[in-house]
Amino acid sequence: MKGLLRLFAILRKEVRQLRRDRLTFGMIVGIPLLQITLFGFAINTDVRHLSAGVADHANTQFSRILAADAQASQVVDITRRVETPEQLETLLRRGEISVGIFIPSDFGQRLARRDRPAAQLMIDGSDPLILAAARQLTGMSLRYDTAPRQTTEVPLFEIRNYYNPERRSAVNIVPGLMGVILTMTMVLFTAVAIVRERERGNLELLINTPVRNLELMVGKIIPYVIIGLIQVSLILLLGVLLFHVPIQGRMIDIYLAALVFIAANLTMGLVISTLARTQFQAMQTTFFFFLPSILISGFMFPFDGMPRAAQYIAELLPLTHFVRLIRGIMLRGAELSELLSEMWALMAFMLITLGVAMLRFKKRLD
Amino acid sequence: MSGDYAITARGLTRRFGTVIAVDHVDLAISRATIYGFLGPNGSGKSTTIRMLCGLLTPSEGEAEVLGHRIPGEAEAIKRKIGYMTQRFSLYEDLTVRENLEFMADVYSLPRRSARQRIGQLLDKYNLADRERQRAGTLSGGQKQRLALAAVTVHEPELLFLDEPTSAVDPQSRRDFWESLFELCDKGTTILVSTHYMDEAERCHGLAILDRGRVVADGAPQELERRIDASVVEMETGDSRTVRRLLTDLPGVLSVTQLGMRLRVLLDRSVADPLALIRTGLIGQRLQFDARLTHPNLEDVFVAATQGRYLKAQA
Repeated sequence: MKGLLRLFAILRKEVRQLRRDRLTFGMIVGIPLLQITLFGFAINTDVRHLSAGVADHANTQFSRILAADAQASQVVDITRRVETPEQLETLLRRGEISVGIFIPSDFGQRLARRDRPAAQLMIDGSDPLILAAARQLTGMSLRYDTAPRQTTEVPLFEIRNYYNPERRSAVNIVPGLMGVILTMTMVLFTAVAIVRERERGNLELLINTPVRNLELMVGKIIPYVIIGLIQVSLILLLGVLLFHVPIQGRMIDIYLAALVFIAANLTMGLVISTLARTQFQAMQTTFFFFLPSILISGFMFPFDGMPRAAQYIAELLPLTHFVRLIRGIMLRGAELSELLSEMWALMAFMLITLGVAMLRFKKRLD
Repeated sequence: MSGDYAITARGLTRRFGTVIAVDHVDLAISRATIYGFLGPNGSGKSTTIRMLCGLLTPSEGEAEVLGHRIPGEAEAIKRKIGYMTQRFSLYEDLTVRENLEFMADVYSLPRRSARQRIGQLLDKYNLADRERQRAGTLSGGQKQRLALAAVTVHEPELLFLDEPTSAVDPQSRRDFWESLFELCDKGTTILVSTHYMDEAERCHGLAILDRGRVVADGAPQELERRIDASVVEMETGDSRTVRRLLTDLPGVLSVTQLGMRLRVLLDRSVADPLALIRTGLIGQRLQFDARLTHPNLEDVFVAATQGRYLKAQA
């Protein structure tokens, strides 16, 4: 009986404390509400509307029908029309398209003879899900062709799997994983950094010294930038040694992209640090930021498969841009100069969050 | 007006929601003196100190600290002041020396003079043999000496100490006050808050705070002289009964028990306090011995918080 009373005493105290911790209370409702609605819609392994480019050397009625049929299948969205297959390769490398459709000048003859594929599908195979989706096109038949097909028939498309010919998922996962690991550790490090000083009482002393906001913020970030770069090296090393992940691009590009990404996450952490009152709240908020980063950045599910709204939200997350950068550089051998828009996005994110953190952090207690 | 004064304040007020933490406080604190804030917890001591160092924005009123207006020029005074918080606020996971080095760098002391200054401070505050010890493992007294060393590393003109001795033993308190007088002799102005009477007594000037208001201020001796009450000290065998009976008498402001003795504060308007007490206890067959005595600071405090205190003639 007394045990029960004590149990209830604890229980009641817990509920009372919980009710007063508004952020935690918000999380109880916010996490399921936001995450379920967001990801229920966003996560879609049935990938459609892959961005595609067409190089049509035949330029006949049939070749145009082929392109139109591919579009009608909803597997691809033809967003670019170029002259040469080399241009398609460039677009693939830059990550602007996932699928290139090359229609050779002898397309008509090939169709008639049917001894070899009539056109070529150039697929960014670094993501096995995209590869699988794009392969659906091979089962396509042209509209004029109403005769039942024989199973032994030569397929319409020849497939060229770029960047991941062995179709290993580690190749695609490891570079993205670098971004995920950095997001988690970097945001958390700085998210607790200022809160911890506040909790331990250091902050009251510190804000009474001539230290300026910017000095405090940047001084807190720099050690973690170095830690982040060490993590990058470790992940690269393990990726190459254990999973034989190729590094097609230049090392300097990888580190530059990582540097900006690390900084963007650290400044995000600082913003959280100015919002949270306790280290526990800081951790919760970090998690709130981390979960969408994993799920809608394109790391786990192809970006093209998500609805527009989720894509817009994803554009706001640094991980989305970093996943594009790091896959482009590591897997497709893209140069940083070809991916500058992603770099600008990361830098803008960093400057904005740093600004917000500095505005929110007052050398005051009120 | 700031020439002779380190701090002046007029009508300084701070509200938190509907609570008035500090209520129209006026201050004039001379340079190179130790000035005390005496008051119970929640009387507004810390809030006033925080407003004066620019950590809190006053809701009303204005202050001038070392010739700078508060809160507008708060950043300008940071270099010239030191602020020792109520809670130990140095880094517990850094060593004694590392903490001092950090503070020296934050105040941009040049390397060479920083090293010299830190050596001085370690010697002066008896921390030389602890310099490699983590601050978190120090005793209460050592932590407090380290905190004082840390906030004086840049030799500030003005020191704010918020209940600096609340966590240390009496010997450490005495040593600590020795250090304060030493600093004061060298020209440092010190504003210290406390709830210990003996500490308040050591100050050159004093403000007694109660529920956000200054209820009395002046030098401690002057305050004792100006008290608007008479004090009777009594010895009795049954102090509890006597106390109960006296408390109900008209003109008695307070009765405080100190072991076997009672200290009775009476309104000045009572012409013969001893007679009043005797009359009050008549017929109770109680043994007691009563005599008039000089008021001390605690009496001043009790009287002042009950509004029984004569303001100095302006």
